[in-house]
Amino acid sequence: MEDWRHGGFGLYLHWPFCQSKCPYCDFNSHVAARIDQGNWQNAYLQEIDRIGGETGNRVLNTVYFGGGTPSLMEGRVVGAILERIGKTWTLANDIEITLEANPGSVEAARFADYRAAGVNRVSLGVQSLRDADLRRLGRLHDAAAARDALEIAKRTFDRVSFDLIYARQDQTLSDWEAELGEALQLAAGHLSLYQLTIESGTAFGDRLAAGKLRGLPDEDLSVDFFELTQSMTEAAGIPAYEVSNHAEPGNESRHNLIYWRSGDFAGIGPGAHGRLTLNGRRIATETARNPNAWLSTVMAGRSGDSLRETLDQSQILEEFLVMGLRTSEGLDVARLSSLCGKKDFSSDFKDLEDFGLISTTPHKLMATAKGRLVLNRLIEEIATRLE
Amino acid sequence: MTELSQIRNFSIVAHIDHGKSTLADRLIQMTGTVAERDMKAQLLDSMDIERERGITIKANTVRIEYPAKDGQTYVLNLIDTPGHVDFAYEVSRSMRAVEGSLLVVDASQGVEAQTLANVYQAIDAGHEIVPVLNKIDLPAADPDRVKENIEDVIGLDASDAIPISAKTGLGIPDVLEAIVTRLPAPKGDRNAPLKAMLVDSWYDSYLGVVVMIRVMDGVIRKGDRIKMMQTGAVYGIDKLAVLKPKMVDIPELGPGEIGVLTASIKQVRDTRVGDTITHERKPCDKPLPGFKPAQPVVFCGLFPVDANDFEALRDAIEKLALNDASFSYEMETSAALGFGFRCGFLGLLHLEVIRDRLEREYDLDLITTAPSVVFKLHMKDGEVRDLHNPADMPDLTYVDHIEEPRIKATIMVPDDYLGDILKLCQDRRGIQLNLTYAGNRAMVEYDLPLAEVVFDFYDRLKSVTKGYASFDYQLSGYREDHLVKMSILVNEEPVDALAMMVHRDRAEARGRAMVEKLKELIPRHMFKIPIQAAIGARVIARETLSAMRKDVTAKCYGGDATRKRKLLEKQKAGKKRMRQFGKVEIPQEAFISALKMDN
Repeated sequence: MEDWRHGGFGLYLHWPFCQSKCPYCDFNSHVAARIDQGNWQNAYLQEIDRIGGETGNRVLNTVYFGGGTPSLMEGRVVGAILERIGKTWTLANDIEITLEANPGSVEAARFADYRAAGVNRVSLGVQSLRDADLRRLGRLHDAAAARDALEIAKRTFDRVSFDLIYARQDQTLSDWEAELGEALQLAAGHLSLYQLTIESGTAFGDRLAAGKLRGLPDEDLSVDFFELTQSMTEAAGIPAYEVSNHAEPGNESRHNLIYWRSGDFAGIGPGAHGRLTLNGRRIATETARNPNAWLSTVMAGRSGDSLRETLDQSQILEEFLVMGLRTSEGLDVARLSSLCGKKDFSSDFKDLEDFGLISTTPHKLMATAKGRLVLNRLIEEIATRLE
Repeated sequence: MTELSQIRNFSIVAHIDHGKSTLADRLIQMTGTVAERDMKAQLLDSMDIERERGITIKANTVRIEYPAKDGQTYVLNLIDTPGHVDFAYEVSRSMRAVEGSLLVVDASQGVEAQTLANVYQAIDAGHEIVPVLNKIDLPAADPDRVKENIEDVIGLDASDAIPISAKTGLGIPDVLEAIVTRLPAPKGDRNAPLKAMLVDSWYDSYLGVVVMIRVMDGVIRKGDRIKMMQTGAVYGIDKLAVLKPKMVDIPELGPGEIGVLTASIKQVRDTRVGDTITHERKPCDKPLPGFKPAQPVVFCGLFPVDANDFEALRDAIEKLALNDASFSYEMETSAALGFGFRCGFLGLLHLEVIRDRLEREYDLDLITTAPSVVFKLHMKDGEVRDLHNPADMPDLTYVDHIEEPRIKATIMVPDDYLGDILKLCQDRRGIQLNLTYAGNRAMVEYDLPLAEVVFDFYDRLKSVTKGYASFDYQLSGYREDHLVKMSILVNEEPVDALAMMVHRDRAEARGRAMVEKLKELIPRHMFKIPIQAAIGARVIARETLSAMRKDVTAKCYGGDATRKRKLLEKQKAGKKRMRQFGKVEIPQEAFISALKMDN
């Protein structure tokens, strides 16, 4: 069996537009005055056909509309895309089709259309349940709108998740405890809880560099935030299954698990990345980041991929570690073995186990909650030892 | 061959910057020894490093022909002696090769400590000494005060001191005339068996080893079979020449003459400064007195920053050693720093010069471990062992007592700074020997442990006196003291490269400084790391480097895989530049900073 089949096969579709750019966001998102949705639809369909030509005989497990703000897409565009997908691949019986949505009233009005088009899961960018913080985070919605949108989403879709950003400026542990408590009440079996990260190239990044971004937690407080989050979600029955993702068992994002399990995924749309195993070689694909450049390339009948690169064995192993150690299920030892050509790891990581950073079973090697806190170092350590 | 009466051999004694090299250049220029267009500033200091630091490391010589006022043409041989205490033995040999000295003193500054040591060497060698007051053209020049200073400090009659400006050429003819009239001609017997002193030797990439000699008795000719009396080695002379300062072949050298020879000698190591050269067939009955082999006194480890450069370092060290018999080396392995060399030097400056040359001429990045001196270990079984590397310190139960080398230091300083100097010397376990004044300058003599001086004494001295102090020393012997080996443990594991010998009373302070510094330099790990200084099993200072608590990326999805993979590759490459210590990785930079001599 080809290795990717352990993870499955998914399709990621990137919609690059937002109504406004948030100061913390370093995703490939753009604000455009006018978007010709018809043109974009055609381009996506063309790319689906192209990828389908390479992978058409596969069963598709998941589709994910990410962005940007995919809830700016018209329902009929989503419908046309899903229709073409259904004609291109055999859809898994339990196919998961997720769309990221802003929790505003305009978007909520479209939920029924998305549902009708085939979307069965939404992920709402709630970010905070506090109005003052929402404003600081540059969000256009308020907490009440978010609660309303969540209610509508829960009525409309089989599965609903929402995102929160914590460890925010001037946030105290008890603030977060209260807010997360409310969120757990609202949750429908899945939550993505991200510690605020200041990325360079963002408005927050510039402010931090200028020394003007104050009130961020220090390392100790940020550890306390993380630990509080772990214990509260666990107590509520939606424990972490990845660094920042929490779900009741069985309700994990299957699409994201494809990434973390090093499955195959096609990436369509500006700046989308893909991993496809073709003819025994694992190919990394990348498309042009600029929306207009991508659109005009595809409209001209050319491939949207700006890069196709064959990964060598050590790169595949590196990605396997980088992605897989994020999950609580950890790495499959048999897969690790075949990727690095080593049979027995029992003595390699003994000390890391003694430090409580990893735990092992005969079939799995996983980072503990403690290990996940220093995951970047831990991965570096494990990767170096496996060389 | 030149008549004895028409030869004058001399050296120039001066403090750094007092104008020795400029005066030498001026003498060469004014006698037309070197064509004007070939003159470059400071002709005799040939190495870049010498010119940059304003010091002479190897003795150089030049033969000048000077038509004097008496109508005769004299041959003047100038030996430019090394101007630094590290090369005191070389200086003493060079001094024995000539009969007189010019004592050059800056007319605005007076006598400095370094001048003093060299002038005493000249006096010891029986030299006639002509005082020269340089920089007389400077507004700050005060020749009368400086004359008085020479008489006070050195006890030399300075009434006939020649005022000059080497820079402008003022007074240079007077110097040339004084060399002929005031310095004695050499003595020697042309018919006696050959007796010549090996003054210096160096490696020339075209000629091989070049040996500089001073003939005492007899005559040496091209083709002669000669014997080195100390080493017993025999060679045939391929080339005989004088330096003007370019090599000019000469058929023979007689008594009183100075020149160079080549004789298919492979390495400088095969020649010993101070050795006596004689004929193989008809040797002289006894060698010149005073020979002693070069003895390294300061040791340190030299390691390549990049372990792959070890072979290049070996190659470079071997090449340098060809030209410098006074520096010793042997391979060393350190758990922290990998493969390198333990090298011995005549002193700190010698160490710095060699390290600079390795880095500059051979393009190597080096880690220099803390310099250490040679301790004498008196074992309980009566054996006496030399300890060059603190890491080799045996179990104390076998050691009866430890002796360390002491120096006699002479420091001259404006009296404003005297208190600071005394405090510095006391802090370094010094014993005051003498304190005198010449004008507003104080001269202090201290008995100090060499180990305290190699650490960062120069830098402290410079900073507490704003650079106004001058300092010189000579080794004065060994003395027992309460010395201990201080180990540094990182995560309970001793780091051999950081071990040092310290006085028991100063161990806590030194240990504390070291662990504090390391705590700053070692990056945090996933676990906490104790950093300790210990004497034997007893910990005397301890710091704990707390564990890295959080380092995780919040978001990582399909689009992040490439970026995260590339980051991981970069991290792994960075890890390779770390030195593994048990479970702890110490970056190269940490070692360099912790071991830096000026810390």
